[in-house]
Order: sequence, then structure tokens, then C-alpha cells
Amino acid sequence: MTTSLTRRDFIRVSAAAGGLLLGVTLPADAWRRFQGQQQARIDPTLFARIAPDNTVTITVAKSEMGQGVRTSLAMLVAEELDADWGLVRVEQAPFDARYGNQGTGGSGSVMEGWTQLRQAGAKVRAMLVSAAAQEWGVPERECSTEASFVVHGKSGRRASYGAVAERAARLPVPEQVTLKPKAQFRILGKARSGIDVPDITHGRATFGIDVKVPGMLYASIERAATFGATVKSFDAAAARQVPGVRDVVQLPAVANGVVTHAGVAVVAENTWAAMQGRKALKVEWEPGPHANESTPSYHEFMSQAMNRPGAETVYRVGDAEGVLAQAAKVYSAGFEAPFLSHATMEPMNCTASVKGDQAEIWSPTQFPNWAAGATAQVLKLDPKNVRLHVTLMGGGFGRRINPDFTVEAALVSQKLQQPVKVVWTRDDDLRHDFYRPCAMHRLEAALGPEGLPVAWRHRMSTPAISATYGPPRDGGYGKGVAAGVGPELPYRVPNQVCEYTLLPSGVPRGWWRAVESTHTIFALESFIDELAEAAGKDPVEYRLALIAQVPPGQSEEDRKYPFDPERMKGVLRLAAGKAGWGKSLPRGHGMGVAVARDHLIYCAEAVEASVENGKLRIHKVVCAVDTGPIINPDGARAQLEGGVVQALSAALKERITIAGGAVEQRNFDSYRVLRINEAPLAIETHFIETDTEPTGMGEAAMATLAPALANAITRATGKRPRVLPLEVAAT
Amino acid sequence: MKLIVNGTTHDVAAPPAMPLLWALRDLIGLTGTKFGCGQAFCGACTVLVDGAPTRSCSVPVGAVENRLVTTIEGLVRNGKDHPVQQAWLELNVPQCGYCQAGQLLSAAALLERKPRPSDADIDTAMAGNLCRCGTYLRIRQAIKRAADIKDGRVTP
Repeated sequence: MTTSLTRRDFIRVSAAAGGLLLGVTLPADAWRRFQGQQQARIDPTLFARIAPDNTVTITVAKSEMGQGVRTSLAMLVAEELDADWGLVRVEQAPFDARYGNQGTGGSGSVMEGWTQLRQAGAKVRAMLVSAAAQEWGVPERECSTEASFVVHGKSGRRASYGAVAERAARLPVPEQVTLKPKAQFRILGKARSGIDVPDITHGRATFGIDVKVPGMLYASIERAATFGATVKSFDAAAARQVPGVRDVVQLPAVANGVVTHAGVAVVAENTWAAMQGRKALKVEWEPGPHANESTPSYHEFMSQAMNRPGAETVYRVGDAEGVLAQAAKVYSAGFEAPFLSHATMEPMNCTASVKGDQAEIWSPTQFPNWAAGATAQVLKLDPKNVRLHVTLMGGGFGRRINPDFTVEAALVSQKLQQPVKVVWTRDDDLRHDFYRPCAMHRLEAALGPEGLPVAWRHRMSTPAISATYGPPRDGGYGKGVAAGVGPELPYRVPNQVCEYTLLPSGVPRGWWRAVESTHTIFALESFIDELAEAAGKDPVEYRLALIAQVPPGQSEEDRKYPFDPERMKGVLRLAAGKAGWGKSLPRGHGMGVAVARDHLIYCAEAVEASVENGKLRIHKVVCAVDTGPIINPDGARAQLEGGVVQALSAALKERITIAGGAVEQRNFDSYRVLRINEAPLAIETHFIETDTEPTGMGEAAMATLAPALANAITRATGKRPRVLPLEVAAT
Repeated sequence: MKLIVNGTTHDVAAPPAMPLLWALRDLIGLTGTKFGCGQAFCGACTVLVDGAPTRSCSVPVGAVENRLVTTIEGLVRNGKDHPVQQAWLELNVPQCGYCQAGQLLSAAALLERKPRPSDADIDTAMAGNLCRCGTYLRIRQAIKRAADIKDGRVTP
């Protein structure tokens, strides 16, 4: 039974199998964060369902990649529903336009869901109370709820949610509900284990690569190693002789915002046979326009860009050039960062079944909307005929935003008219990623009489991420690159200029956890330490003296979550204090700090490191974060611990290099990532829960680790590393 | 050929060169063992062969015929979680979880060899198991916790 809606954009209720379904509108404003995605018309809904046995099934419409979103979003609904957490089950939403923005990234899931998901829970709860009150013939105001029961205090009567759900489903949805004050939270703010942890520890969790559908074949794709290369010819005779191989099909490169590579797919009865068949392929490639690009050629281009005014002026205030030209001394430093691969532990994969004009897809995707939309577009299917299931992901970190692996699998299945699972090898995964861009920065500053900067020039050159997907918006690419710098510089400097020059490159770029701040904040927070030293000031005090108001930008988020210098100072003081900043350290040890506001999260990190006989050891990382109220403290800590380790991995080890227009790294022997024996000995996490709406957590620890470490290494060794991954000088 | 996995004998129609990993996943349907790198660099595919941690991506199925293979699905004994599983649950170790089957099996094998592993023992034994989410510090803690559970010093 379905009741009519009381408000057009709000709610849908229906009774299904004795349960209650509820949907709530999510705002469409988070779409901006990523470029190139499909801007589908949104009719977003999110569901909570109560079964007669009193279990609560909460549908999560964001993708789980280890960030704990299936736990934290369910907690938001369960809190206001006043559910018994032990009775909560979580169901993954398929792609469905009614859920609105299912895109998972940018540390935005809790921020987007904070009000809407709690309201969803509160409205279901109100309907359950109404239903029980009607059944008992008592006023609603005399009823309360506790842990999935409605209670009538005066008479002592109790009804489980399950017992009144069917009646509740027939009631109108209330327009207004009052959300709980924080003091009444029973679920939020209390540590919960990850909802999928029992399945994971028993090998029962189903990741994308574990999907099996009846009649499914397996495919392995030989892709153009050189970006932009095309298939000149291929000989599949030997491949077809490999036992188990069923078919060989050619794939075109897709362009125009969806990037896939030219290739040849070998389809077989199992993964191993497909891989063996692929080895027997002979493919001749047409090298294309990027075959002469290389890491040295990019380095040369960016180095030259540092010596002349940028192609774009990203930000300007006062007269930086004039003051720098007159200054007795100009401090200058250059920084460089390489391309990075996401290297999720689960290689890219997708299972697709395309028959005629219908497609059904099982994809470990962060952006189901984009994956389904791109599939429809490339396969020329009606978008409403593309059904997409979202699986668990063995890591995402931004790699699974792109729809390439989904589209490829659908293309192979379309050619076969049979279900097929495409599994990438590690080689495929490392060589056909969407990479964190390489980057070069030069910062220059003149200091005033107090040692504080009076003029500041920041030049940047990178292959902008957005240039992978289309022409520039807002007149250029530089604004999208300048995370935490340029217009977002949190430090008071009266004369500033920030310039950007696009590095042309055939290497596809994408969103790598925390995105541009992984190199911009490295440069900024290293340089500010250099200036503090030049001024003879303590790096923490120097920053505290400089942190100033950042004027809000044009975006809705900038207005809704305005920069607060006191919160930035707060995390810096907390991290420094907890780390024992200023205490005497053993010989060979150094401590460094860095602070940033990235993805609307204030984070400071203090790193204590030592270098002995050229061997670096990270003794302790202290991480202090202010992102407002914490939903799941244990999950939040896990995100910071993991962020520290992953950021440390990038800071010390990871580097993608290009030769002949292709990636050189092919497995974890050449693309080295941090192992347990290289992990910090201790990571401490601290929160300041400012009474505001929460923002995010997934990317919080990423930006400040590398500069805090570089600053620590500088203090330990007297030599400043300015190139990522950091090289540690022997002492 | 006959494969003995978690105490059950399976008749598997695999060429002897097929890695154990793909026989487990595609032919037997035990997908708890994960594909990570195909070259024994990452440890995601770790299983136990006669109790020894083994990268199933790099062992031909022909080499393990009639040997005892234990996968994550077989770590529960007599309906009871293995101490490493208990500790992993208690400390909420996994994030994405993809590498954790390999981590758990490497940890279980370590505790057989060294019931009270030191920090250095843990780092050495676990260095072959990559975790991209960065759960290493919890893994270190959980192995110590599992050691305590295993020898009865604590009950979870």
C-alpha cells in the first residue's frame, strides 16, 4: 500500500512484505566536486525497512571501500529511529536515480547524510509511535521509544517496531520532526565495529572480483601500454588454441570524458585460461600522439614553467611582484611530486551481462551513477535499461570513481551477448590507472621586519586532473589544482600571486585520496617551515601567528562551512601539545609539524622520526582533527591511522614513471608500497568535536603527513628533502 | 586431480600449471582467497599448505595435490573462531578487508611457530602481506591479542 506524498521532494512510503519503506531527498549540490560525471536528473531516496521480526534493514546508497560508510551512515539512521543497533542489518543500494548522488568520494558521505539520514530515521520513528498510539488508543505524546520498542509509560505497554510496522506504513509521513539533542545520542559517538568485519574475517564478504553469475565467462584484456596507442593488427590464432579460451574480441578506445584504452580481450572458461590466452596474443600497436612523453620530458617542461609567469593567474592580491623585486632577500624553494597509482589491493574488475538492449552489471564502483550512465552512453543503450549492483570494494581511494572498468566489461559482454567477468592483472591496474598528477611548485617570499612574509609568489605546474575529462571550466584549470593554496592560503600575506601552467600529458589523471592537497600542502607546509627557520621563529608559533581568515569562495560548501582560523589553530596546538613539541629528543631524532584544512577538515600532524646510518624510522605520528561531531570514534580513528600509513607510503616509496608514453611499473616490486615493518611504531589520534555539522574523515590525514615528515627529517638531519618520494640523506 | 581443501577432497579439472589460487576461486568456488598481484609480492592470496603460509597465486595446483590446504573459510575449527579471528573482530582490524584473509592466515601460521611473537617477529612474518588501507598497527596489536587468547591468558 502506498500513501500519497505530502511534500513533492520528500518522502515515499510503502508497505512491502510487512515492512516499512522510507525515502528522503538528498541534496544535489555535492555533484560539483567531481567533474565529468553524468548530471542525471535526481529523484533521490534512501530506505529504512522494518521486518515483523523487528530487524531493521537500513539501505546505504554510498559505496563501501573500507572507509566504514556502511556502518556510519546506518548509525545516522538508527540513532534517530531509536533502533536497537543489534537488530540493524545493512543492505547496499543498487544504482537508482531515486537515491540521488550515490557518488562516494571527497569525504562527503557523512556531511551529505548528517541531516537527511537522521531525519529519515526520525520520521520512521514518528510513524511507528503514531501507529502504536493508535493501536493502544492513547495520545502519541505519552509514548516514547527505546531500542526498537514503542513504550507507553503510563500503562507500561510495549510494542516492538516490527509489531507496528505494517500499521505505520499506512500512515502519512510527518513533515516536521525534531532531531535529538546530542546529549540524548545512544548510538552516535559510541565506537562500533565495522558492519562487514565478521564477514571479512571469515572470508564471506563479496567483493567485485568474487561475483559469480550463471553462465559467466572470464576475460583478460591486453590494453595499449602507450597511452593513446591503437591496435594496428592482431593475431589471435595461438590464443584461440589455448585450452579453455572461447573467444577473442577487439575493443576500441573510448574518449570524450570516459577514458578507456584500445585493446584485445581474451574470453575463457576461467581466469587462468583467459590470462594464458592473452599471453599468446600477438598485437601490433599504432603508437599514437603520446609515445615520446616521459618523466624526464615532463620534468623539463615543469622546470621551465617555474622560470616564467604562469599561463594562468589563479589568485592575486596586492603587488607581490613589486614587493619581491624591491626585497633585500627573497626566499625561494622548489618542490616536486611524481605520478601516483592508487594500487587498490583488489585489482579493477567488473562483471557484466548485456543481452540485446538490456544490461545488468555488478561493479565495485564509487560512482554508480557515472558507471551506469557511461555504460549506457558507450553501449548506446537506454539508460533505464542499465541495472547496476554495487559490490564491496577492495580499496577505492578515488580509483573507482572512474567508469572505465565498468564500461569495458559491458563492451565485452555486449560483443559476446553473454555474462562476463573482466579481471585486471596487477600489471593492468598499475599501467592503466588514473594517476595522481605529477607536480612542480616554486614558492618565493620576502619577509618583513617581524620575520613574517610580506610578499609571496607560488608557481605550480601539473597535468590538471580535469584536463583528462574535457576543456577547462571557469576559464582555466589552475583553480582546481590550488587546494589549500592560492585563494585558499590560510596564512596572512598582504601581497600574493599564485600562477599555474598546464603540463600537457597523455597520462590519464584521477582523484587519488585527498587529491591535489597531497602535493600542494607538501610544498606549502615545507616552505612555511623554511620561512620560520629563516625568521628564527618556532614553526608552531610562526604558523599560529600567520593563520588568518580565508575569504569564502563562491561554492555553496564554502558558504555553508566557512573557514574558521580558530579551529585550524586548535588542531595545531593539540597535535603539538600531545606530541610534546619542544621537548628534548634523543640524538638523531627530529619532530616536524604541518597543518591544513582540506576537504573542509582541519588536521594537524606531528611526526617524530630518526635517521641512523641512513635508515629512517617513524617513531610516532600524532594526528589531531576537527571535523565536528564524530559519528563512530573507532571508525574515525581507523581512517586516520590508515590515512597516516597510506600518506607515509606515498611520502617515502611510491612513484610512477613514464617512458615512451607508458607506465614503467608493473607490480609491487617496482611500485613499492609501505609494508608493516616500515609502518610507524605508534599513531595517536585526537579529535576536537566542535559543535557544528560534521564534514568528513576519509581524507583527513593525507595532506599534512608528508610535510610534517619532511620537516622532521630536516630537523633530524639538517638536510631538507624537497622531492617526493622523500630521499633521506645519510648522516 | 584431487585437492584437499579445509578437510574436504575436491575433484578438480585443472591443468597442473594452473595456480592454486584460480583453482580455489574459479573451480571450487572458494573466493575468500584473493588475487592481488599474481607474483607473490602482496600476500593477498596466502593460504596454508600443510600449515605453512603459501602464496597460492604462485603455486601450481599440481604441486599441492594430496596436501592439506587451509583457506580463510577453513580457519574456524569445530565451530569456533581461530584466535586470530577473535582478535581481529575485537580490535576491528579490517578496513576494506581485501587483504585480510591473507593477513589472518599469515598471522595464524606465525602463532603456530612463535606462540609469543615479538614486535620484530611480527614485522618479519607479516612483511609479505600488503595492506593498502593501512591497518598495520592494528594487525600488530591483534596478533599479540591473539597470542594471549590462544594460550588462555585472556578470553575475548
